[in-house]
Amino acid sequence: MKQYLNVVTAYAIMFTLIILVGIFQSWSQALSILNYCLISAVMTMGANIQWGYAGLINFGIMGYTALGGLAVVLVSVAPVPEAWKAGGLNMIGSLGIIVAMIFSIRHVLKRIQKSKKRNYLIAGIIVIGLLLIRLVSGPGIESIEAVEPAKTGFLGGLGMPILFSWIVGAFFAGGLAYIIGKIALGLRADYLAIATLLIAEIVVSIIKHEDWLARGVKNVIGLKRPVPYEIDLQTSPWFINLVEKFNSGKLKVIDTISERQDVLNQLVIDASSVYVKLCMTGLFLTVVIILLIVTQKALYSPWGRKMRAIRDNEEAAGAMGKNVVKEHLLIFILGSAVVGIAGAMMVTNDGLFTPGSYRPMRYTFVIWVMVIVGGTGNNFGAILGGFVVWFLWVEAAPIALFLINFFTSHLPETNALKIHLIQSAPYFRFLMIGMGVLLIMRYRPQGILPEKIIKQ
Amino acid sequence: MDFLNALVLILNYTIIPALSYGSQLALGAIFVTLIYGVLRFANFATGDMMSFGTMFAVLLTFYFQSLGISLGILPTALLSIPFAIIMMILYMLTIDKFVFSYYRIKKSPPVVLAMVSVGVMFVTQAIIRIIIGPFDRRFLDGEKFILKATEFKEMTGLNEGLTIKSTQAITIIVTIIVVSIMFWFLNKTKTGTSMRAYSDNEDLALLSGIDPKKIVLMTWIIAGVLATIGGVLYGLDKSYKPFVYFNNMLPIFAAAIVGGIGNPLGAFLGGYVVAFGEIFITYAYKKFFTYILPESLEPNSLMQLLSTDYKFAVSFSILVLVLLFRPSGIFKGLRL
Repeated sequence: MKQYLNVVTAYAIMFTLIILVGIFQSWSQALSILNYCLISAVMTMGANIQWGYAGLINFGIMGYTALGGLAVVLVSVAPVPEAWKAGGLNMIGSLGIIVAMIFSIRHVLKRIQKSKKRNYLIAGIIVIGLLLIRLVSGPGIESIEAVEPAKTGFLGGLGMPILFSWIVGAFFAGGLAYIIGKIALGLRADYLAIATLLIAEIVVSIIKHEDWLARGVKNVIGLKRPVPYEIDLQTSPWFINLVEKFNSGKLKVIDTISERQDVLNQLVIDASSVYVKLCMTGLFLTVVIILLIVTQKALYSPWGRKMRAIRDNEEAAGAMGKNVVKEHLLIFILGSAVVGIAGAMMVTNDGLFTPGSYRPMRYTFVIWVMVIVGGTGNNFGAILGGFVVWFLWVEAAPIALFLINFFTSHLPETNALKIHLIQSAPYFRFLMIGMGVLLIMRYRPQGILPEKIIKQ
Repeated sequence: MDFLNALVLILNYTIIPALSYGSQLALGAIFVTLIYGVLRFANFATGDMMSFGTMFAVLLTFYFQSLGISLGILPTALLSIPFAIIMMILYMLTIDKFVFSYYRIKKSPPVVLAMVSVGVMFVTQAIIRIIIGPFDRRFLDGEKFILKATEFKEMTGLNEGLTIKSTQAITIIVTIIVVSIMFWFLNKTKTGTSMRAYSDNEDLALLSGIDPKKIVLMTWIIAGVLATIGGVLYGLDKSYKPFVYFNNMLPIFAAAIVGGIGNPLGAFLGGYVVAFGEIFITYAYKKFFTYILPESLEPNSLMQLLSTDYKFAVSFSILVLVLLFRPSGIFKGLRL
């Protein structure tokens, strides 16, 4: 039991902090922080599978997150029949051309010896294919985007339940990881970091600018929800009764009926938002627990030992007959798929898909900070890192504001420095996160909860 | 059939902008490559370090303007560059002393240093935003154009105008001066030669009595000069916005890798490869073809390979292609 003491303490402190937010700010905010903490935890678990188990740097987390989000749109949104009629055939034609390109390139790669001629042939296939795609898809895209541009202007999705999209998101991200892995996994560590970052940027810029796919920067709003809507709850009698029962003590004190009704209405509105968020928390918690069990099992299985062996000494593992390249590719795909799930969860939680918001700062570097702070190679550490860093990221501004006010309390309200500092309070989050990383890297390079190797 | 007009058109919309953008990228890419070659890590704080130097130039420019000091037709920012460089070098040496030197002495793997540079990136970004805020700032003054389109049309009688912004000319001239001084330093002076020796083989260089402290100091000084000048030139040409500088890190990395990381000349040329690639591929050639083709063959479409939205994506795709086919860069082994 003693060996788990630090884990239990760390998590206890974290949950106390969230409960404090609930008491001092509001329960609704505490729950949204908790939800985002859980989503971040899934992302860090994905990154931790790659970095902690196998020592692969993947700075492309942003790209997988965006693909997970795209999956939500493509799965859950109802299809737009007019758009399909207008340009669906062209888009299917383009897809056919892409498939034909891939197969012809594979054919060339297999049949022709490595030579200059082969390179020219492949380049020729790609150029001709791209020109053909432009020719076929151009008019299609135009007519699709012309279909009610303010509301739709895209092909729409499949109209399936939104929870299904979490799995699809994992497959999307895994597919991208397969391509990136094939291209870039042979590179040295820092090259791999840069390459994955740039490829993720390419993916995001495609999602941003191909409006026929998911409306691009025009955003998709009003996505379906796996949980009830606040407005439905507020009108359903069982929910009102429930709220009444919970707050009966509070309501009894009020005398007049009309006043009591007003108070009850307010309580119902507050409770409905908390209820919805609680439902989300339940869903996210299920995912986190399932992933935690699976990753823990994997980490301490023969496969996990093999991965650690490869991480710690690639040559030795290779000499023992382990297929390093194959295992790297596999773990790259698995980790990315987990990040894809997180991306889908996040869009589900927000109810909207905003491709413009996918930026490397928020979706790559902050996630990496989470992994480093939490503890590389330790799943509990990774989850804790997600919680701690996200909590800091959100609560940094209030904390900074408090500290600024505290240290400048002797200055008058009109002092230019004080006003400037108060205005720049939101940016202290970067400072806190940055200092956090530097301190952890220096004094506790293994993270808050270091990797633990159980000898069997 | 009008070759002169077509030539002026291409010159005006692609070659001149690509030259100036390429120069800005080239300065950044040499910065990345020097840090990588001598200190041996990928510096993810590149964009923000450039932004940090530029911030001082912007603030000093505003200060000089309030004092009424100006350089006449030249932008006042040129006057503030030396002071900004000093501040920048001081900042970099402080960071090196408190952050990077520890890992260097411990001989940590490059990956750890790259992660540390992510931490530095966050801190630098915070300092910049706290000092100057996240807003867009223009600090260009003096004469805006060397050659205006209308003047050019009057002079030559062509349909197409040629515009040369003063910032473009300044960028190209300053880059040529800075880069030639740097290559002279690296190749002809004793310190420069020892820097290259250290970058090629650390152990051998140490055995030959080269002082690593001096090498590291010189690297940060040169890097500070390059980062500040590159940042200020970019800011003069477009505008100064911290977020944009962070994003510029990506094409700069692409340029450094395309040129073969660790090779300054390659990085310099890589900057232009990326810039020309971006602009040539996203330019709409419709007008160009209407000039050079007979009327019957005039194109209907824009004749654009990729829309300008994909400007960044082009440079990243160039990088991916280079990584696939020549991972050590397209200018491998090229030296002055």
